[in-house]
Amino acid sequence: MSAVLNSETKKVLTEPLVNDNPITLQVLGICSALAVTSQMSTSLIMALALTAVTACSSAAISSIRNHIPGSIRIIVQMTIIASLVIVVDQVLKAFVYDVSKQLSVFVGLIITNCIVMGRAEAYAMKNPPLESFMDGIGNGLGYSLILIIVAFFRELFGSGKLLGIEIFPLTKDGGWYDPNGLMLLPPSAFFIIGLIIWTFRQWKPEQYEKADFKIMAISHGEGGHH
Amino acid sequence: MSNGKLKERLDSCKHYQKFDAYKIKVLALGNDSLEKTIAIAFSLCFVCAILVSFAAVVLRPLQVENKALDMKKNILDVAGLMGEDTDINQAFATQIEEKLINIETGEYVEGMDIASYDQRKAAKDPAQNIILTRAQDIASIKKKAKIAKIYLVKNAGVIESIILPMHGYGLWSTMYGFLALEADGQTVKSINFYDQAETPGLGGEVVNPNWRALWKGKKVYSDAGEPVLKLIKGVVDLNRTGSEFQVDGLAGATLTSNGVSNLVKYWMSAEGFAPYLDKIRKEG
Repeated sequence: MSAVLNSETKKVLTEPLVNDNPITLQVLGICSALAVTSQMSTSLIMALALTAVTACSSAAISSIRNHIPGSIRIIVQMTIIASLVIVVDQVLKAFVYDVSKQLSVFVGLIITNCIVMGRAEAYAMKNPPLESFMDGIGNGLGYSLILIIVAFFRELFGSGKLLGIEIFPLTKDGGWYDPNGLMLLPPSAFFIIGLIIWTFRQWKPEQYEKADFKIMAISHGEGGHH
Repeated sequence: MSNGKLKERLDSCKHYQKFDAYKIKVLALGNDSLEKTIAIAFSLCFVCAILVSFAAVVLRPLQVENKALDMKKNILDVAGLMGEDTDINQAFATQIEEKLINIETGEYVEGMDIASYDQRKAAKDPAQNIILTRAQDIASIKKKAKIAKIYLVKNAGVIESIILPMHGYGLWSTMYGFLALEADGQTVKSINFYDQAETPGLGGEVVNPNWRALWKGKKVYSDAGEPVLKLIKGVVDLNRTGSEFQVDGLAGATLTSNGVSNLVKYWMSAEGFAPYLDKIRKEG
């Protein structure tokens, strides 16, 4: 495999997993990471759908990148992304009806997921189609990784299950585990994502952002007027 | 037709030659020229439109089938006829009888195509719906169809269960479901919600089989004929009088619980299926 993958392809595939993760480092795609992660199954399908859309839209945009007029650049990207999202939504409705019912509007909202457009603007507009496709896959996987970690904790501690299979028997069914209701609400994903970002940055200190400004000590007599 | 042949045919077509020449001309233009901008925008939209409509048309039969199958599965499920390996289509065809009824009078409606009648669509059609006043609209549904589609399970010609469609607003979403009653039009057999978007784990527990099992054997109407079945906060004390009219509320989901109470009350009242159930009881 390594013979097939040149260094650039390898880089765009692996960098977004930890070093340049779209959620934890670029802080994109947070909204859907909050919305669909209360269960593993919806997260997996969402991750798959987003990876497919990012990869295909990046490849499509990249293949016409030299002919996209600058003045309608963003609209061209949006049109391609939106069309692909509709196709994905239709495919889900046709083949995994139950899951598409659970995901409801969130598949449609992939259109507004910043990762897809972020990659189109940042990478696909400047690089050839195959690399852009791989970059889309890589970023999709980076997103998937975080989504799955968050969903793992939320489903396990929120409903005592993983992929719908009971792990901790709940007290209301005669077991011992009293589920944490907060885990099922979107804010819990914020805490988990925060913890993941902290873990990543402890592990890779170069991810710390430099401070935009320095807080200076207030000189005597100037404070408290505002 | 092979690719080569197709290309030959295309090359010999006068319009295609014109198109090809134009394509080369436009692609050679500067990216910011007005003509190229319009040409690119137009052709992109054209390609995307074809892609989207192709997907929609090709996948539509599968989607329609999924939807119908899902509906049948829910009806069999609420009737208690859904086993591990039940053949949904066959079980539905042999055990369930579909009926249309006029909600106001409770009479059966004859002479309409039952299979193609869609109550949800009819509720939106001004010719087929009734707009509710604010006082009537306890389930927050704004309008209802004049004709409802209900399902009967019969055994040797005698009604065993009556399956009634209901819907109403919860916390985030309109919840659609079925209530299955025994032939007395009073005792609950089962309830299920097939379309809702309440908070997973809290209000979304309306689909939890354990909670749904609590409904079995509950009574809908008081002696005075009022629909009094409702959800209460906490756990129902089964030894208290009146517990047959109460179901445990959903923990952490007061508004969804209220929504369920309201929609059951609405659809079991004179606004909903009470006239029909009266008629069934009289006819025995």
